[in-house]
Amino acid sequence: MSRVPRIVVVGALVALVAAATGYAGSAAPRERETSAATQAHRGGTLKLLAKSAGGTLDPQVNYTLQYWQLYQAAYDGLLAFTKAGGDAAFTVVPDIAEALPTPSNGGKTWVFKIRKGIKFSNGKEVTPADVVASFQRIFKVKSPTSGSFYAGIVGADACLKKPATCTLKGGVTANNAARTVTINLVAPDPEFKYKLAVPHASIVPASSPPSDAGTKPVPGTGAYYFASYNPNKQLVMKRNPYFKEWSKLAQPDGYVDQITQSFGLTTEAQITAIQNGQADWTLEQPPADRLSELGTKYADQVHVETLTAFWYVPMNTNLPPFNNLKARQAVNYAIDRNAAVKIFGGPRLATPSCQVLPPGFPGNKPYCPYTKNPGTKWSAPDMAKAKRLVKESGTAGQKVAVVTPDDEVNKAMGVYLQSVLNQLGYKATVKPISQNISFTYVQNTKNKVQINTQQWYQDYPAASDFLYVLFGCESFHPGSDSSINIAGFCDKKINAQMHKALELGTRDEDAANALWAKIDRQVTDKAPMATLFTPKHIDFVSKRVGNFTFSKQFYWLVAKSWVQ
Amino acid sequence: MSDALLGAPATTPTQSYAGASPWALARRRLVRNKVAMAMVVVLAVIVVLCLAAPFYAEHIAHTDPFSSNLDGTTVVNGETVPVMQPEEEGLGLGVTPIGPTWDPAHYFLGADNQGRDVAARLLYGGRNSLLIGVSAALLTCLFGTLIGLAAGFFGGAVDAVLSRLLDVDWAFPVYLFAICLSTVLLTNSLKIGPYTLEAGSLVLPIVIIGIVYIPYVGRSVRGEVLSLRQREFMEAAVGLGASSWRLLWSELLPNVLTTVIVLLPLMVALAMLTEAALSFLSIGVQPPDASWGTIILDGQGLLYTRPAVALAPGIAIAVTVLALNVLGDGVRDALDPRAKHRTGG
Repeated sequence: MSRVPRIVVVGALVALVAAATGYAGSAAPRERETSAATQAHRGGTLKLLAKSAGGTLDPQVNYTLQYWQLYQAAYDGLLAFTKAGGDAAFTVVPDIAEALPTPSNGGKTWVFKIRKGIKFSNGKEVTPADVVASFQRIFKVKSPTSGSFYAGIVGADACLKKPATCTLKGGVTANNAARTVTINLVAPDPEFKYKLAVPHASIVPASSPPSDAGTKPVPGTGAYYFASYNPNKQLVMKRNPYFKEWSKLAQPDGYVDQITQSFGLTTEAQITAIQNGQADWTLEQPPADRLSELGTKYADQVHVETLTAFWYVPMNTNLPPFNNLKARQAVNYAIDRNAAVKIFGGPRLATPSCQVLPPGFPGNKPYCPYTKNPGTKWSAPDMAKAKRLVKESGTAGQKVAVVTPDDEVNKAMGVYLQSVLNQLGYKATVKPISQNISFTYVQNTKNKVQINTQQWYQDYPAASDFLYVLFGCESFHPGSDSSINIAGFCDKKINAQMHKALELGTRDEDAANALWAKIDRQVTDKAPMATLFTPKHIDFVSKRVGNFTFSKQFYWLVAKSWVQ
Repeated sequence: MSDALLGAPATTPTQSYAGASPWALARRRLVRNKVAMAMVVVLAVIVVLCLAAPFYAEHIAHTDPFSSNLDGTTVVNGETVPVMQPEEEGLGLGVTPIGPTWDPAHYFLGADNQGRDVAARLLYGGRNSLLIGVSAALLTCLFGTLIGLAAGFFGGAVDAVLSRLLDVDWAFPVYLFAICLSTVLLTNSLKIGPYTLEAGSLVLPIVIIGIVYIPYVGRSVRGEVLSLRQREFMEAAVGLGASSWRLLWSELLPNVLTTVIVLLPLMVALAMLTEAALSFLSIGVQPPDASWGTIILDGQGLLYTRPAVALAPGIAIAVTVLALNVLGDGVRDALDPRAKHRTGG
């Protein structure tokens, strides 16, 4: 899909900002109507459900979609992803900062002016000192992305070595008089604006504990604050009494007075509770045997949204039989993507794919070599070609273990892969491993995982977040639980092109994306993985939930919905 | 031989037993027990059907029950239909496996979430479940008898040690142990000397179940031996200078054998139930192989739309266990008719 010209985006943004802030004088009567409607829907409690709690509540530590979704209404960064539906959610807008600056010093220096009058939920006003302390805290609390997203800040090296004494000297500095914060990077980073808009870069009070706050809520600046959190029972969010809306795009005011997320019910029970109007939403995806019922009897309460994500099967390029390119390509030709789609829930919930970058994502150019009629779209498996490749590779008869998380869909996918591998002439087994450990287990080369099932959901809308993160040489750390390049793929030529694309992105985004498209093809041809499909996401809400808005970046925007 | 086997019920005509061995008498009583015989027939039908699994899959259902068939089709009422049927109404969410067609040639009991024929898998699964159940029960009875004999006969320190071992075994958390072991085996094979135990090895559930139920048999046999040791025929044998080995082998073992034979079908039933539970926890039989427990596990995610997938193996287990239990009671009544009177049966 071609990208929308930047000028159109800017124009649309200006219009949106004007509409949102009410600068258009002729819009006054409509604004009053909107305000009346807003007041009518204001109030009530939004009751959310999840099987279990999502771990620490600290926004600079937690790395789960479960809480990132809630942080959108509770915390702000210098910048934010637009709180809007669809692709607009990928646009970064100023949040705590007054404006989105153009970096100077060859893309290495970013100067942010801090807005006046924004208060934390403890009543204290946000100051440049809080911003500096928040960036230091990313390293002090050992945020999971401190070594990746924020490692390019000057002084980050020292902070990564000694987090407790992190100062980011020369990296993040405040000018209290001018109310500015300057961030200096070691090298230009075209994706830095995205990294500033994710929860790990939330601005929290300078007095926040220099370690993971755990279950103790950290004050934020959003429309809501976390009032209580018991991981065994419930999480409660209430209106931030000090919140005054400063940007509808960055942090809109919410409709409901309170948001709760209760833990402990099974997914089946959660679905039934929503059907009965006892709850409003579940974090979990509905089980396969309830999909038909939801899609027919509760169709008006179901929201199906395309994700920028992919389900894939990493193959260990350093272990037999998949250290052989032909063996990997054979698996790609043999997999029936339609079968995989059926396991996931059917053609309305997933689209077959062969490549890394999902449709509509920056750098995506449709490409599928592993199908009966190679071209841009997958049509059918080519088992004859797959068997021929296995024969040529000389790997037939080897033992292959498919490792999968032990949830229903992944396990079924593993059993299907086992069937395919057996048909190809391998001796395949399935090893379902507890969901709690499987993600780190498959990353560690010591566990000698040959092939497994995986999913990757974007952190931010950049091709590098898929290609470089998952298949870059720098993402492969043998012997570590944190080696997200699960296939252990390291092609020096392709890696050099990735670096070139990253550098190009600082100057010419379109040219960079064209290069990423080329890299996507090259990685697909080298087959360190077999892509299965692009998934969709289901939100099942109660009858009373109105104004459902789905952000492609952070999914359902809870604050934008009402219950009365 | 003990008179335990010789006691004939007062209601039976004495002349019909003239010259018959206790075993022959027991067999006659068993054959006359219509309910027990009906259960023998039920068990025989189940075993034959399970043994015929390859024939059914290959020549009747024309299916491979171990390969996924997600994009396959079948014939229902002369019409070709997909095995996995996408929902076409409403939002069109979900894919449902075909339900029971009641046509033995085309998905008689429907398909599971991989599009595999449930009926064919049920028969193959029965082979594994019966194999594990019978093997584990034999293992239990063998070791239970040996330990019970030794503990009851030698008494003293031997009895104390063996009884405590049985206590430990009795108190062992079998499922927890099995889960731990399976976790180890899933990630790495277990090497015991020259043997390598893989996750999918059937030896694993057989050994685990076999060991866990040893106290059931061991304690019963020990009690029986303690009682037999005081009997006159034992004193006579000792008086004649019989060795310990001879006392154990020729005097005690034949007498406790009746107890073990009564316990065997009950142990098979117990072992099959445990196997189902272990398989449900993904221990033992590994995909794509099947046991009745793994098929129930496969059907768990289809309870709302295709309950037959879980119900069919559930019913198979229930019928088999019921038949084994009733048969066990019949064997007990046949070998020890007085027990029937004691229990009012």
